Amino acid sequence: MKHILEERRNQVSQAGTDTRVIECNKESLAGSVSQRACVFCGSRVVLYPIADALHLIHGPIGCAAYTWDIRGSLSSGPQLHRLSFCTDLQEKDVIFGGENKLYGALIELIDLYRPKAAFVYTTCIVGVIGDDVERICKQVQKEKEIQVIPVQAPGFQGSKKDGYRIACESLFRLVGTKNKPTPKFSINILGDFNLAGELWILTEYYRKMGVHINATITGDGRVDDIANAHNASLNVVQCSGSMSYLAKMMKDTYGIPSMRVSYFGIEDMSDALYDVARFFKDEEMMDKARELVYEELSRLIPELAWYKKRLIGKKAAIYVGGAFKAISLVKALRLIGVQTVIVGSQTGTKEDYELIRLLCDEGTIIVDDSNPVELSHFVKEKQAHIFIGGVKERPIAHKLGLGFCDHNHERKEALAGYEGMINFAKEIYATAMSPVWRFTRDNSVKQ
Amino acid sequence: MLLRHTTAKEIERKALTINPAKTCQPIGAMYAALGIHGCLPHSHGSQGCCSYHRSMLTRHFKEPVVAATSSFSEGSSVFGGSANLVQAIETMFTVYKPEIIAVHTTCLSETIGDDLTQIVSKANEDGIVPEGKQVIYCNTPSYVGTHVTGYANQVSAMVKFFSTATAKKKNVVNLVAGWMEPSDMREIKRLAKEMEARTIMFPDMTDVLDTPLDGHYKMYPSGGTTTQDLRATGDSKFTIGLGQFCTEDACIKLENKCKVKFEVVDIPIGFKATDRFLMSLSRHSNLPIPDSITAERGRLIDLIADNAKYLYGKRVALWGDPDTLIPLCEFLVSLDMKPVYVVTGTGTPGKYFDERMIEILKDIPEARFKCGEGADMFRMHQWIKQEGVDLLIGNTYGKYIARDENTPFIRFGFPVVDRPGHNFFAKTGYSGATNLVIQILNSFMDHTDRTCPEEKVEFQM
Repeated sequence: MKHILEERRNQVSQAGTDTRVIECNKESLAGSVSQRACVFCGSRVVLYPIADALHLIHGPIGCAAYTWDIRGSLSSGPQLHRLSFCTDLQEKDVIFGGENKLYGALIELIDLYRPKAAFVYTTCIVGVIGDDVERICKQVQKEKEIQVIPVQAPGFQGSKKDGYRIACESLFRLVGTKNKPTPKFSINILGDFNLAGELWILTEYYRKMGVHINATITGDGRVDDIANAHNASLNVVQCSGSMSYLAKMMKDTYGIPSMRVSYFGIEDMSDALYDVARFFKDEEMMDKARELVYEELSRLIPELAWYKKRLIGKKAAIYVGGAFKAISLVKALRLIGVQTVIVGSQTGTKEDYELIRLLCDEGTIIVDDSNPVELSHFVKEKQAHIFIGGVKERPIAHKLGLGFCDHNHERKEALAGYEGMINFAKEIYATAMSPVWRFTRDNSVKQ
Repeated sequence: MLLRHTTAKEIERKALTINPAKTCQPIGAMYAALGIHGCLPHSHGSQGCCSYHRSMLTRHFKEPVVAATSSFSEGSSVFGGSANLVQAIETMFTVYKPEIIAVHTTCLSETIGDDLTQIVSKANEDGIVPEGKQVIYCNTPSYVGTHVTGYANQVSAMVKFFSTATAKKKNVVNLVAGWMEPSDMREIKRLAKEMEARTIMFPDMTDVLDTPLDGHYKMYPSGGTTTQDLRATGDSKFTIGLGQFCTEDACIKLENKCKVKFEVVDIPIGFKATDRFLMSLSRHSNLPIPDSITAERGRLIDLIADNAKYLYGKRVALWGDPDTLIPLCEFLVSLDMKPVYVVTGTGTPGKYFDERMIEILKDIPEARFKCGEGADMFRMHQWIKQEGVDLLIGNTYGKYIARDENTPFIRFGFPVVDRPGHNFFAKTGYSGATNLVIQILNSFMDHTDRTCPEEKVEFQM
């Protein structure tokens, strides 16, 4: 296996032959075409789906323009989060400070929209010029009597993971500020962002079991629900990369336990339901869960068998943001007969990569914080047929003649839950078997 | 109702931008840099900037876009990014092996005061830049101007670093391309070729961001202006800049450096602007305009005449960049349509854009236009709520307005992330104008067929 960048040797390994622990969680090497984003991005994508809060970006126009409607997070009610608000800092603001502009913008916005709460994001430049965003937020909070929460996330202060942590800290300031009557058997769902309506599928399953959904953080999120989050009995955490910090804070302060789940793939989805029933020690709930799983699976398995028959022998490459998702994907792909030959993530931890190594077949390439050149080399080496990744990986996959499935926040079809598993199989099938790739191969063969 | 909170009554806004009609400088520089052959753009700042710009360009072109970043950390922000940049240059030349690296800055590196001239000359001294290769750079702080400014800065840098005058002047005309699609550039080059004029276009994104799918991934596609051609621009006998905001500065610099005279014309959108461009090219390359091109013009006029009744008096709202909005408005007026609301985030109120708008829209007293700070999509929507329009033309950000107001909507400009084809089919030249008119007509006719009362549905339109 060719190592591309000498400095990155330790971030690439192979399952089976390589028993050393992969190096990860490092800063990207300067000059490498990394696919990672910044701290601000991390906090923005986490908080973005809160639909009835105001999201104001204090910085130059770019940071706001690029995160406008970035997530595909659906809301069942208010659409306030789909507008892009910015203080549009100019040169004179950088020199003389942007605090007055921030104050003016907040007042103008709150008067216009009357939101339940406001989040103010700082960007690189605000971190450098030293605007006292905390003070302005406090001032406006006093005047307007709503929560105005600063999200201190200048882009250079670490990596995207630090952005998640800062977002959690900002969310935590909201938790515990309101008390609503909360029935027993209530949970908070952390780490689902309701892409393509996935959250609605999951909450439907839980409701059928008799579980009450207290707050959804942050998919289809509402300020009042999050403020009441401390009254739930359990935190169910998906995407632990972004939310485990919040779960930990809620455990330390309010004693709310948390459990890690995944909603991708059949096994993980069923476990997510059973684990909750087991936690509440309620026989009726467990029965309902079993019934639900049985119903869904009897529909699902025959349908999946159809896809598996046709997909067996196909090989997939996975490169996603968080490693936890990669683990679920390897399992889900196996279910439809597809073998994973390359798996990598932007922000995986040592524990995640260890799990991946144990899970994968021998010879699978495992990579951390990769870049286009590496990925295209590996894909050619392993003769993959499909690529699963995000927006920046898609055109490369297509150019190489590979099918592509977007499992990132650009996805339009729900891929979580049982329904999602069918959609996933459908999408993988449609892209892997598309006749268009035949024209590609014929082209290069004709020489 | 996605924009249900928008009120028709406008309020005075001093500090707030809602739904911007622009974005920041660095992406313009990245886009322009991709128009140089074998070039790897480099973003000197945090990783987020590079990632966002690449994502945005990829979503718009549906093509791979590579660029490297200095990956600023807290340490670099305090002590300076010099070490990051030097390391980055070394990494890039060793691993990715471009011909050129085009560095642009971000708000962060500008504010902490990184001096690119000093850093790059250090890299050269230390022998990190291999023989025959080059590092060019431009300053693009995101809190000054907009993405158009960044594009212009990068194009000027191309002149600064490459254009060289030798003793012999050649019978070549430079075409400095403003912000447009690769298809637009392809069309302009085709027209020049029809005229048998010898031209050098820079930057040139054809065969870079509209490449075929053949099972191979090329990090450096075959297109882009070569460094050889970039140097030769100093020997051309004339330069035509396409688009005031994007190219005037580069043209001036080229004249100062290599004594190549220039003329700045509008991007050739619509027949008047295309006429002006072709006449300028004809005059300065000393070649006649061939009948084949005149025939294309004739076909466009024919199409317009046949369908004039669908275009007459239609109210249009547009937004985007000044270099495209100016000829586009002019074209719509010559189609007997009425551009009534025009918004762009680029430009200074009271200066060039406003002057041109006043001239072009002089027979439409109800027209409103705004540029610069405070000119955003929210303002546009409020105008539309006061009195509606028949057509929207602009980038994807107008989508919610189109949906809420149930108005036909043509995608034009940057970014267009929800409709295909803009990097394959031009909107410049006569055939591009034909394409545009057909799109406008189709959208009106589809809308009519879908929404008119049943008794009015007809075969013949």
